[in-house]
Amino acid sequence: MAGGGKVVLVTGVSRDLGRKFARAVALEPGVSRVIGVDVVPPRGDMGDVSFVRADIRNPVIAKVIAKEDVDTVVHMSVIATPGSAGGRNTMKELNVIGTMQLLAACQKAPGLQHLIVKSTTTVYGASNRDPAMFTEDMEPRRAPRAGYAKDVAEIEGYVRGFARRRPDVRVTLLRAANVIGPQVLSPITSYFRLPILPTVLGYDARLQFLHQHDLLGVLRHSVNADVHGTFNIAGDGIMMLSQAARRLQRPTVPMPGFAVGNLGSFLRSARVADFSPEQLSFLTYGRGVDTTRMREVLGFSPRFTTAEAFADFGKSLPTTGGRSARVLAGISQQLPDPGTVRGSSADRQPGRQSGQQSGLAEIGPGGLRRG
Amino acid sequence: MGDAEIIPIGTRGRPGRGTGKQPSSAARGLAPGGKPKPAARKPGPSRAGVAPKTPTRDHSPDPVIETDPPAEPAVDPTGSPAIEGAPVLDAPAASRATLSPATTKNRNPLGGIPSKDWLAAFQHAAREVFGEQWEPQLARFLAFLRRRVTGDYVVDEYGFDQEVTQRFFMAALRPIAEKWFRIEVRGIDNIPSDGGALVVSNHSGTVPVDGLMTMVSIHDHTGRFLRPLGADLVFQMPIVSSLARKGGATLACSEDAERMLRGGELVGVWPEGFKGIGKPYADRYKLQRFGRGGFVSAALRTGVPIVPLAVVGAEEIYPLVGNIPGLARILGVPYIPITPFFPLLGPLGLVPLPSKWLLEFGEPIRTDDYDGAAGDDPMLVFNVTDQVRETIQQTLYSLLMQRESVFR
Repeated sequence: MAGGGKVVLVTGVSRDLGRKFARAVALEPGVSRVIGVDVVPPRGDMGDVSFVRADIRNPVIAKVIAKEDVDTVVHMSVIATPGSAGGRNTMKELNVIGTMQLLAACQKAPGLQHLIVKSTTTVYGASNRDPAMFTEDMEPRRAPRAGYAKDVAEIEGYVRGFARRRPDVRVTLLRAANVIGPQVLSPITSYFRLPILPTVLGYDARLQFLHQHDLLGVLRHSVNADVHGTFNIAGDGIMMLSQAARRLQRPTVPMPGFAVGNLGSFLRSARVADFSPEQLSFLTYGRGVDTTRMREVLGFSPRFTTAEAFADFGKSLPTTGGRSARVLAGISQQLPDPGTVRGSSADRQPGRQSGQQSGLAEIGPGGLRRG
Repeated sequence: MGDAEIIPIGTRGRPGRGTGKQPSSAARGLAPGGKPKPAARKPGPSRAGVAPKTPTRDHSPDPVIETDPPAEPAVDPTGSPAIEGAPVLDAPAASRATLSPATTKNRNPLGGIPSKDWLAAFQHAAREVFGEQWEPQLARFLAFLRRRVTGDYVVDEYGFDQEVTQRFFMAALRPIAEKWFRIEVRGIDNIPSDGGALVVSNHSGTVPVDGLMTMVSIHDHTGRFLRPLGADLVFQMPIVSSLARKGGATLACSEDAERMLRGGELVGVWPEGFKGIGKPYADRYKLQRFGRGGFVSAALRTGVPIVPLAVVGAEEIYPLVGNIPGLARILGVPYIPITPFFPLLGPLGLVPLPSKWLLEFGEPIRTDDYDGAAGDDPMLVFNVTDQVRETIQQTLYSLLMQRESVFR
């Protein structure tokens, strides 16, 4: 259309990340027009994005794609939690049927050149038989039987089918690790927002995070990049669940797995936290994904490492524990310069931390409890 | 008649039972002013329940009552001061007259110690533990503690926590390796000083203690960390799973093995698996089937040398004489061991027998001459597997010949 730039259709703009991405991609130089689609209007400011109220579960979406001459579709409306959608049935309907309709519409659109689907590393599942790091061509060790993981597995199946039938369309499947950030609402962030973290007794999960900034970055990058395929997207490094709880200075309560599951479903029904069932196995065994392809083929490198993304998330949270950390900090201030002694990390100032630890220090003595 | 000699507490130093009656003759003999009668002392020790009290009063009561408050708590803040402290405190006899009698109020166990003494005691203890340079030592230790408490440490992608492994796991296992099993290591030069290598060992001992001891021995002799590959059962069991990941283990699957070897790690593998550690004592030092040779194809694909390791001594730590297959099936574990001591002596049966261990690392088997496709050639994989197995078996036999006895 105007100026020959790309026309991008973004699904799921009523939610925070979708809206932010739509606004950000509208500012890209190669993009002339952005159309946001969702069943409910977005709450925030949409900027240059034109919003079309349409349900991707019915064929109206095909008309939108044909009429607006869309050449890039970014599918972001895969919902992780039944709570926000209004029940598991609606969630499944939105996820699976919505994707099917969207892909059917895409298949009928001759002008379409690029399809980007935001998927998740949940498709790999989490079990004791997992390899340490999943690469893109690995299958889950146990096929998911229910919930979000199954939805995503089915969605990916339809996307692969679409890629077979329309080889002329570049299909980019982005499997993002747990997205985290100060404003993100997801099962994992609501878990870490609990004042006391229930953990599974005797297990320590390996976690990987992706900062919300980097999710938007990689989506923007793949709109412009001339690549296709499946990519794992995650920040560098691994964090243990116990380590994450210590960095947040949250007390943990280890309990047997079934008790954590029961507590999770109780919290969900009480609407305290949007705890998803597959989160239990994730918090038990954890998961790591290999991001070599993201760097070498997609050419994207995230700005935040796992630890930095988590620190940025933790900055906004009030601390609920960490008394022993404060006591130790008090004692070590009495002692002479541990900074010169430490050797390997001699760059730190004695007594008071600096550098990367400063984020933690800000959480520590603040003690700003929510009412 | 015996009751008459019991002197209850709470009579304010007056002899008698506090009933308003006349004190008995025995009690009158114990009173401060009274003359000590040897007869009163005798019945005391004969009765068990009364014994501690009678000698107390008996033992010249003045110092007990009068010199209690000033120095008593410093000597023994927790114990009962009146009994044990009295003879010690006989020395400051001059101060006796000036001090008021003790009351229970003055007996606050901590009140009497000045903070200076606390500090001195603390400094002394610190010097005992950390040596003369205790201040920086303690600061370093506190920095370590703080890093742990605030989560300010890094783990690698397999969950390996080097700091806690080095400082805690190794330190805990080292005395067992050196003092209990008296491990003797031979051929340690066969482990390359850097780059990936695959250590292949026999497996024995009912409980995989041999893996832990190999990790400690390799770390102490070469400074490298052995990264063990564990069965999926290891990662299914609570506590064991998190300790295994922290200690550097990962799942024994081809993806992880190749990833670690490509990353230049020293990987340890026990291809016999549960067949090896769970074999009966009668089959000791007879190598079981070496899995399906997956470790060889991992080494062939990554071109790293295979270092065979023969461990002698681990077979004898828990001699497995029986098994409860039914219970094992219910619990989902490969076997429930019966050793001559285990269910019989209860937890004491869990103490391993102090056998003498020999670890011999053999000549590395090079795999970098083969091309990349060699890992997919089953015949070659089987041949190399047999070669490794034979090497270990022969080394085991020669080590057994050299060994004087099981425990020496």
